[in-house]
Amino acid sequence: MLTTKEIMDTLKMIDEQKLDVRTITMGISLLDCAHSDIDIVCNNIYDKITKYAKNLVKVGEQIEEEYGIKVVNKRIAVTPISIVAAAAKTDNYTPFALALDRAAKEVGVNFIGGFSALVQKGYTNADRILIDSIPQALSETDVVCASVNVASTKAGINMDAVRHMGGIIKDLAQNTAANDAIGCAKLVVFANAVEDNPFMAGAFHGVGEPECAINVGVSGPGVVKSALEKIKGMPFDVVADTIKKTSFQITRVGQLVAMEASKRLGVPYGIVDLSLAPTPEIGDSVAHIFEEMGLERAGAHGTTAALAMLNDAVKKGGVMASSHVGGLSGAFIPVSEDAGMIDAVLAGALTFDKLEAMTSVCSVGLDMIAIPGDTPKETISAMIADEAAIGMINAKTTAVRIIPVPGKGVGDSVEFGGLLGHAPIMAVNSMSSKDFIDRGGRIPAPIHSFKN
Amino acid sequence: MKAIITVIGFDKVGIIAGVSGLMARLNANILDINQTVFGTNFIMAMYVDLTEMNVSFKELKEELDKIGESIGVNVRIQREEIFNAMHRL
Repeated sequence: MLTTKEIMDTLKMIDEQKLDVRTITMGISLLDCAHSDIDIVCNNIYDKITKYAKNLVKVGEQIEEEYGIKVVNKRIAVTPISIVAAAAKTDNYTPFALALDRAAKEVGVNFIGGFSALVQKGYTNADRILIDSIPQALSETDVVCASVNVASTKAGINMDAVRHMGGIIKDLAQNTAANDAIGCAKLVVFANAVEDNPFMAGAFHGVGEPECAINVGVSGPGVVKSALEKIKGMPFDVVADTIKKTSFQITRVGQLVAMEASKRLGVPYGIVDLSLAPTPEIGDSVAHIFEEMGLERAGAHGTTAALAMLNDAVKKGGVMASSHVGGLSGAFIPVSEDAGMIDAVLAGALTFDKLEAMTSVCSVGLDMIAIPGDTPKETISAMIADEAAIGMINAKTTAVRIIPVPGKGVGDSVEFGGLLGHAPIMAVNSMSSKDFIDRGGRIPAPIHSFKN
Repeated sequence: MKAIITVIGFDKVGIIAGVSGLMARLNANILDINQTVFGTNFIMAMYVDLTEMNVSFKELKEELDKIGESIGVNVRIQREEIFNAMHRL
């Protein structure tokens, strides 16, 4: 039998260190929903999602009850809607978002991702319609998430799309101004987007994915921090090893839950994504891991090195624990969702530029950062270009989820509530990037992408 | 299905009797018990086989909650796989 110590270790991880299954995400292909008649497509989408995901929430709750571990979110990711909608005769895709919203609410999930377009090399007509529909679609729905992939290591950076997205983010912020631009929290601009990411807002079900798949995201920054508390002052070899062992244990739980959910739902299991995804709750912060490593605050010199090691050790531990690791797998560094990051910004320790540096070694990017509402759209596009460049050159996923809050400036803060947390408005560089962004065109793929 | 019942709280008369009595009533077989007292803190881990149990997992959980409440300790039950996943290769 297991020892009492082992049992207590697990209980402590769950109770005190906030180990949880962050999401069971069902990926559903909507490719067979296509039709020239928009009403038929919407009905097909609604019917398919409500049929496939009928038991998703129930199974999530059963697993939570039987294994005694919180399954925080049950979610759905679908085929990028720009592909599903392409045959429909319409110039506005908002009705598809409304259909997704209705279906998600019917089955009880709290987010549905996939109002998406992949335009790293160029636009189809449908991609353009989808992107132009985002400001309306996300302000008229509650649980729909959108994403646009504007760059990849293989294709380079689509600077037309980068320019486009700066304006879209501003419009979306304006459309949801009454709620502090909450719409922007549901829109991610990617480079090297992955097809099996279970985390929102960037989840979509890629075209290389099966008909339906279960992807599971586990999280536990508190578990890592707690493990590091026991090795104060020890060298980094020990730190890396400790993080690896801890991530291994966490990912094993994810693997177990993924297999069980897959069996009960009769849907193949896709991947486990171990991402240290913070929440505003006490004891669930990635920033506090940096502090435990010996930095006074997140953002101090040394933070990039700390994050690089953390991200890598998390991946190494995760890879051995699961037969299929995927998604983003690493450490997230959202500002509003992490109590320690918020404190670091308020203390003046963490700046926008330092966050950008950190994104070169984290698993995502500039995430949940509130900026002044009067930030020019070209400046936002330029932020996207910088992130896309980091992703493209380093062959990693990068993302921008930035919130220009109308009517607010540095010194103010915004409250998004729930998992999205709250955020101080951060200062951005005031120099203009307009002429740079206005050029448009494509930044060619880097030389090291030609591996064939 | 096998599961681990854990009881954490102050040491009191009747904790093991309460839980094991319930197991007998529901036809769940106790395979092993470990208990430790740290100062006034009581920790008990009971390994049970639920294959022949005559109620659902949910009902068992509710019954355990009732015992926990009446004795004033935290009682919970979890399938054993979650512990094995973490601690056994």
